[in-house]
Amino acid sequence: MSGQTLYDKLWHNHLVEERDDGTALLYIDRQLIHEVTSPQAFEGLRLHNRKPWRVDANFAVPDHNVPTETHERSGGVAGIADPISRLQVQTLDDNCRDFEILEFQVNDVRQGIVHVVGPEQGVTLPGMTIVCGDSHTSTHGALGALAHGIGTSEVEHVMATQCLVQQKMKNMLVRVDGQLQTGVTAKDVVLAIIGEIGTAGGTHHAIEFGGEVVRALSMEGRMTICNMAIEAGARVGLIGVDDTTLEYVKGRPYAPTGQIWEQAVAAWKELHTDADAHFDRVVELRGEDIEPQVTWGTSPEMVLPVNGIIPDPASMDNVGKQAATERALHYMGLKAGMKITDIKLDTVFIGSCTNSRIEDLRAAATVVKGKKVSATVKRALVVPGSGKIKQQAEEEGLDKIFTEAGMEWREPGCSMCLAMNSDKLGEGEHCASTSNRNFEGRQGFGGRTHLVSPAMAAAAAVAGHFVDIRNW
Amino acid sequence: MKSFTVLEGITAPMDRANVDTDLIIPKQFLKSIKRSGFGPYLFDEVRYLDRGEPGQDCTDRPLNPDFPLNQPRYQGARVLLARENFGCGSSREHAPWALEDYGIHCIIAPSFAEIFYNNCFKNGILPIELDAAVVSRLFSELYASEGNSEGFILKVDLDKQTVITPAGEEIHFEVEEFRKHCLLNGLDDIALTLKSADAIHTFEKSWRQKSPWLFDVIS
Repeated sequence: MSGQTLYDKLWHNHLVEERDDGTALLYIDRQLIHEVTSPQAFEGLRLHNRKPWRVDANFAVPDHNVPTETHERSGGVAGIADPISRLQVQTLDDNCRDFEILEFQVNDVRQGIVHVVGPEQGVTLPGMTIVCGDSHTSTHGALGALAHGIGTSEVEHVMATQCLVQQKMKNMLVRVDGQLQTGVTAKDVVLAIIGEIGTAGGTHHAIEFGGEVVRALSMEGRMTICNMAIEAGARVGLIGVDDTTLEYVKGRPYAPTGQIWEQAVAAWKELHTDADAHFDRVVELRGEDIEPQVTWGTSPEMVLPVNGIIPDPASMDNVGKQAATERALHYMGLKAGMKITDIKLDTVFIGSCTNSRIEDLRAAATVVKGKKVSATVKRALVVPGSGKIKQQAEEEGLDKIFTEAGMEWREPGCSMCLAMNSDKLGEGEHCASTSNRNFEGRQGFGGRTHLVSPAMAAAAAVAGHFVDIRNW
Repeated sequence: MKSFTVLEGITAPMDRANVDTDLIIPKQFLKSIKRSGFGPYLFDEVRYLDRGEPGQDCTDRPLNPDFPLNQPRYQGARVLLARENFGCGSSREHAPWALEDYGIHCIIAPSFAEIFYNNCFKNGILPIELDAAVVSRLFSELYASEGNSEGFILKVDLDKQTVITPAGEEIHFEVEEFRKHCLLNGLDDIALTLKSADAIHTFEKSWRQKSPWLFDVIS
């Protein structure tokens, strides 16, 4: 018998029962909750007079529609200007109080984007099964946890039963060996992977990311990669546990200590794919070949190296692809044959569960230090992923670097990644964004998103157009 | 949970690949704390010519005449014919809530994004995967039927796992046994899982012994 993949191991560790129809009941260790996808689940519990199976498996934090402007934020929940957003955040507070679930409320310094806060607090640990009513739950796989997004009905199901009915996924390995060029980051790696396999390339698979490049990445970089597994169609992204993982987890507020820590480490050291394990699909990339990436269209797979040229639909033989390209070019206001570096930016957004961690902010600050945002860029926002990151960045003086460059330094939240709060793109505006989706209207009605790394976004803010960060 | 057995209904085209959940229901409508009332905002950004806001009365909003669901022949559509990777993007169950509230109870496409696919079954919507070539043919037949005043009507039978075209062709589709069972009978899957409560308790006890760091830490 061949060995097991990391996914196989995590699956087997959590198997409650297997059924004849091919489904299985999988035990869930942690449910992360935010304000948008939970109210109807709590309502369902109440309707059926059900209680959470295990209160201590749940953790909540509001993030999607919290304001990020300091003056609006200072009033707490009551200060949220939009009454519908306010009600949703208030409803989360009320539900967590009623069901006795731990919540970091809006003005708690530990509040932030749920996928940033979980790992930062040790709420996310290696070897766990983790779910959340948010597709970017794949982020937590960077710690060797089996983590994926679910819908609200399943949020309710996990609250009530601590389990999910699942079918086993297939195993896919994306291996990136070699070494990255200077200036090329985890974001460029994952965008290059999506460009290679497409937005449905990982459907029905758990993607494990491996190889020398992935091993050499920090935890922040690994989280960026796993975060966007869903943009490659895979609900689950995974990276095996190693010393980098253990060093990251050690000392986190909710991580084990003392003897239990030693016991946990012994178990976590098993959380890697066996040498003789079988993958259903393997994709290989060379680190040296990956250039800084920029998306030009309305799907994350519409991505090119920064020195690329906008594609010409007329040269495509696939009718569907041709139509999609034409529509994307029309929406984005771009012309075939145009250089990526000629795209002018109106807005720059540095933040989101993909790229709002301290390493991302440091990378952006290094680029803009002593420089000014271009006069043609109307707005450049820097939105840290959590209050703790904001605090750390301020201790390091990063906030000053950003504000002196003419950027806005904001309070933590999802912000312009999906524009549920007041941080929105105007119609037709081009935005260099460190977020994860460039769908039509994603960052605001008619807004035009270009996904890039934090360093690339920062350089674009200064130049007013995309530039190759390798020449910065 | 709502059930699905047999559906015979007008079929409307959504002729583009990678229809994402932001397109199905834009984020401003996700602020609602309710499960219902999303139908008027389904495909809001392409269905209307103005910008929709939550709670807005949509009766007088300017419609996009090019959008199929606004055209007379697709009024009352119950089935949506779509392309690859339908429902990609976020996990928002508001997407199937909006489709169901509008009246769409079946979506036929060559492939679906997983979370969306799963969410459909929880809401009485049957997503059917058919070969891309078969879906293309259905699109052709649908467009060819434009002169037909009754519209392009498909009959979907979940128990028999068939789609029957207006020409009488029977197309077989696959669906997982457990999902089929739950959808046919409109079962409450939480109640179903709770039948395994003993097994869950047994697992939990042994898991707690093996991994004590996962328990009683967060409260």
